[in-house]
Amino acid sequence: MWKWFHQLASPPHFYRIAEILSPWLAIPGLVLIAYGLWQGLFVVPMDYQQGDAFRIIYVHVPAAYLSLMAYMIMATAGAVGLIWRIKLAHAVAAAAAPIGAAFTFLALATGSIWGRPMWGTWWEWGDPRMMSELILLFLYFGYMALRGAIDDTAKADKASAVLALVGIVNVVIVHFSVEWWSSLHQGQTVFKKGTMDAEMRIPLLIMLIGFTLLFGSMLLRRIRTEVLYRERRTRWVREMILATGDGT
Amino acid sequence: MPGIFESLLATTRRDLLLAWKRPGDVLNPLFFFAMVCTLFPLAVGPSPEQLEFSGPGVLWVAALLATLLSLNSLFLSDFEDGSLDQLLVSPQPLPVLVLGKTLAHWLTAGLPLVFVSPILALTYNMPVSVMGVMMLTLLLGTISLSLLGSIGAALTVGLHRGTALLSLLILPLAMPIMILGANAVSLAAHDDVYTTGIWALGAYAIASVSLAPYATAAALRISNE
Repeated sequence: MWKWFHQLASPPHFYRIAEILSPWLAIPGLVLIAYGLWQGLFVVPMDYQQGDAFRIIYVHVPAAYLSLMAYMIMATAGAVGLIWRIKLAHAVAAAAAPIGAAFTFLALATGSIWGRPMWGTWWEWGDPRMMSELILLFLYFGYMALRGAIDDTAKADKASAVLALVGIVNVVIVHFSVEWWSSLHQGQTVFKKGTMDAEMRIPLLIMLIGFTLLFGSMLLRRIRTEVLYRERRTRWVREMILATGDGT
Repeated sequence: MPGIFESLLATTRRDLLLAWKRPGDVLNPLFFFAMVCTLFPLAVGPSPEQLEFSGPGVLWVAALLATLLSLNSLFLSDFEDGSLDQLLVSPQPLPVLVLGKTLAHWLTAGLPLVFVSPILALTYNMPVSVMGVMMLTLLLGTISLSLLGSIGAALTVGLHRGTALLSLLILPLAMPIMILGANAVSLAAHDDVYTTGIWALGAYAIASVSLAPYATAAALRISNE
């Protein structure tokens, strides 16, 4: 068991495993998303309060959930890299950041589109969740900017890991301070989170699983690219490229 | 070997002396603070009611930006003349030395803002009774801002284009401080319960005094490998 675990941390080994694993996540993920979308957009009945507008929930909620999940993965991988000095962990963190930022953006965009018919405005400053999500997007930008600004990869890895860890403590504080702030300003009341009907809930669950699988596959693909780039001067990369005949 | 407390004070004293010799570094953020407060009425109009309403927010945003401006120089001159390497190889615990430097930064950048703010608040028609609350929030808030900022300054020290990057890193982290501070002042101005904000700011300040120096020390070691 432990031997297998240690092997996983070796870049060439992980590179090969990720290659095998990636489609096994992507294909079920895409199938589930297709099924969940079909269910959510055509089969599930209209919401008595929101009409058809609520259907965007099937993209919005999975995106919002993955935006936080990606940050958790990024910070955890950064911590693992800092503490146990596993190089692969830093590659995971570097790969997770842009995907997380993309899902954060998607969550904001779909939330904004949802807000248009519901609140009558594209952007509701008073909504605490939108504010927290926006600050999360800025945290991602800061993280990626710091990575980009430091030329030495090893140094960029460690510095950005420290930033991600400081950020994760802050995400909690941001959440509570924004909640407090919006309670003062009595922003538009968001719809009460009533119990969702099973008929509506099951497609959402399917979408959540589908999005997570797709995210896993995207993450693996990005880690592979990251590993390849970081290990570009090593022998196994050179041998692999020469073996495929594309080497120049 | 001097004790922990002495080395902390020695670091602070040295930085205060440096600031005394270069008063521009202390005064520039203050002028900046005043100028941002001047920009706002020019941009949205001088109506007294509006200024009274937005005063707490404007003062807090201006204070946040002024602190950011001064943070860049926290480790920069030490990095350039090599004193930072001396701090890193010193047998004293680095978080303590960092805390000493941050204390000096707060005394020269944060505390002056607290004392200048009533004058600017006066121009925004803020009632005198609210000014005490505002100074208290700024006092607690700038402590946290200096400490939080020191992490960012340590991460970006020695980088090209560090200033813009520092703002990008620190602003999202500093938003809760500003939310708590500015809203507590607004509540006080409306005779509402404002203590939640003060307690939260105090808790934030205590947490950052105890935790931030470790993060800053780790960041300094990484930046200077």
